[in-house]
Amino acid sequence: MKILVCISKSPDTTAKIAFTDNNTKFATDGVQWIINPYDEWYALVRAIELKEKDASIAIHLVTVGSADAEPIIRKALALGGDEAIRVNVESHDSFYIASQIAAVAAAGSYDLIFTGKETIDYNGSSIGGMLAELLNMPYISLATKFDLNGTTATVSREIEGGEEVCEIALPVVVSCQKGVAEARIPNMRGIMAARTKPLKVVEPTAVEPLTSIVSFELPPAKAGVKLIPADNPAELVRLLHEEAKVI
Amino acid sequence: MSVLIFIDQSEGHIKKPSLEAICYGAKLAEKLGVNAEGLVLGSVTEDLADLGKYGVKKIYTISSPALEHMDAQVFTNAIAQAVQSSGAKVIIFANNVDGKAIAPRLSAKLKAGLVSGAIAIPDTSSGFVVKKNVFSGKAFANISLKTDIKIISLNPNSFPVVAGEGKAELIPLNISLEPGKVKVVAVNKVKGEIPLSEADKVVSGGRGLKGPENWGLVEDLAKALGAATACSRPVADSHWRPHHEHVGQTGLAIAPNLYIAIGISGAIQHLAGVNRSKVIVVINKDPEAPFFKAADYGIVGDAFEVVPKITEEVKKLKGTT
Ligand SMILES: Cc1cc2nc3c(=O)[nH]c(=O)nc-3n(C[C@H](O)[C@H](O)[C@H](O)COP(=O)(O)OP(=O)(O)OC[C@H]3O[C@@H](n4cnc5c(N)ncnc54)[C@H](O)[C@@H]3O)c2cc1C
Ligand SMILES: Nc1ncnc2c1ncn2[C@@H]1O[C@H](COP(=O)(O)O)[C@@H](O)[C@H]1O
Repeated sequence: MKILVCISKSPDTTAKIAFTDNNTKFATDGVQWIINPYDEWYALVRAIELKEKDASIAIHLVTVGSADAEPIIRKALALGGDEAIRVNVESHDSFYIASQIAAVAAAGSYDLIFTGKETIDYNGSSIGGMLAELLNMPYISLATKFDLNGTTATVSREIEGGEEVCEIALPVVVSCQKGVAEARIPNMRGIMAARTKPLKVVEPTAVEPLTSIVSFELPPAKAGVKLIPADNPAELVRLLHEEAKVI
Repeated sequence: MSVLIFIDQSEGHIKKPSLEAICYGAKLAEKLGVNAEGLVLGSVTEDLADLGKYGVKKIYTISSPALEHMDAQVFTNAIAQAVQSSGAKVIIFANNVDGKAIAPRLSAKLKAGLVSGAIAIPDTSSGFVVKKNVFSGKAFANISLKTDIKIISLNPNSFPVVAGEGKAELIPLNISLEPGKVKVVAVNKVKGEIPLSEADKVVSGGRGLKGPENWGLVEDLAKALGAATACSRPVADSHWRPHHEHVGQTGLAIAPNLYIAIGISGAIQHLAGVNRSKVIVVINKDPEAPFFKAADYGIVGDAFEVVPKITEEVKKLKGTT
């Protein structure tokens, strides 16, 4: 059994969001990079948990990104991947990235492909679905539980106001979110071992992106909070009704 | 050429984010000087012709046993065929759970550029540029679509639902569909609650509420307002509240008209999931709580004293208006 986990690099959740080059580029100065939380906490950790139950499982990691994604993929290896593949290219749009991952996936014939629910910078929530289509595989999005029984997976996915439990024969692409796995902290031994795990660098396949970013904007600053004395809740309700018109 | 809106349904009922998608699609169609058309997959109990009042002239319907449950692969195939027979050039989805599953697949299938999480009508003054949320609500990006067919999925609560006059003509499409590979074995819905992702008002509680036994405070206010309930991450992690109520960077991102945060400090990861709310009210006993910086209205005070009084005032207001 081979699992492919898609790992992306994202700015730390507390990073200051600012733009340069006439608002066309994210200002990366001083930004700490982390593994996109959904990819680490849910997709990767679930793959590791599955391997703990069945040692014959191999976990491969893939990232599409230039050399500066290397510390991120090494950290993911330290957490528990067996080997990693980096497609050596600055990432473009979702379709471009999905096409690169699809090429890696097709070459490796994986039984299971995990992505995170979304990247916390682009927030596309798109790559899993695109990848499934490119590979002609079924897709289960926003999974909250994932279990394997031989070559059948039982997956719970989010629906409006609840959950749906599905059964699906492998192979399948699954996007993972909260609930799928338990949290864990990488240990030193893992970090040492990661240095010797294989990290293969492959060149991108030729694909035309379908979209491009024209510019970024920051939201207008809030006018500032209007404070209401604690002993006058009626005033708050009046303001919400008459001024803000939300109740 | 037309704008085709995927109208999402669940158990025969049209979902609210789909009404927003219809109004958005109709507005875009008007701007492009083309017709807005809808597409419904599976059987619906509501009167579909009536959706004409939101601006769709025609609604294509496809019914097939294969469409009984949302299977991204099957739905994508069905929609792709409908796109072909309708000649649609722009396809609109709601960026809800179904939209997130289907729109990207359709994008890859049709090689049609996708903007997911759009929040405004495209700017067509030079090209076709759509504004979307990025960095978990902390910024916007303007995305250019150059492909012949374009796909937009609209963030919930980003576009108003306005009803006018009109009936839509229903056009059943006869297409053959292979059944999906995903078998649904159970559906567990939380009964009687307003789904958080669709809620127009949300009352949310944090660690300041001390324990699950105090959640009556949050629930009473939510009930008086007709609001859904939410919580911060540590609250869900401590099992005070169910996981599906967790909002923020790693939970659900929401954009209701009113978000009331009680006993929540306003950490940046929490704000990332709620900062698109139209009006934010913060109740916290610490005047230095960071949440006040992101709030529109605030009360510095003890939630245990303040919140029941607010609930009373809301009830009074509802009783007299
Ligand atoms: C990578 C990452 C991702 C994260 N994702 C999320 C996320 O998605 N969502 C999320 O919520 N958090 C997330 N967090 C956690 C976040 O950083 C905060 O720790 C969390 O939001 C704090 O929750 P809280 O405000 O409920 O609790 P606290 O920070 O403990 O705040 C409690 C507040 O209640 C107030 N209070 C206490 N008693 C009263 C009273 N009687 N009346 C009124 N006010 C009172 C206090 O003044 C305080 O401000 C994430 C963290 C990381 C590192
Ligand atoms: N550059 C990348 N390399 C590898 N995987 C990625 C990359 N970008 C996104 N992904 C995966 O796709 C998921 C969804 O990303 P997105 O569609 O951008 O929200 C992420 O959680 C990752 O698992």
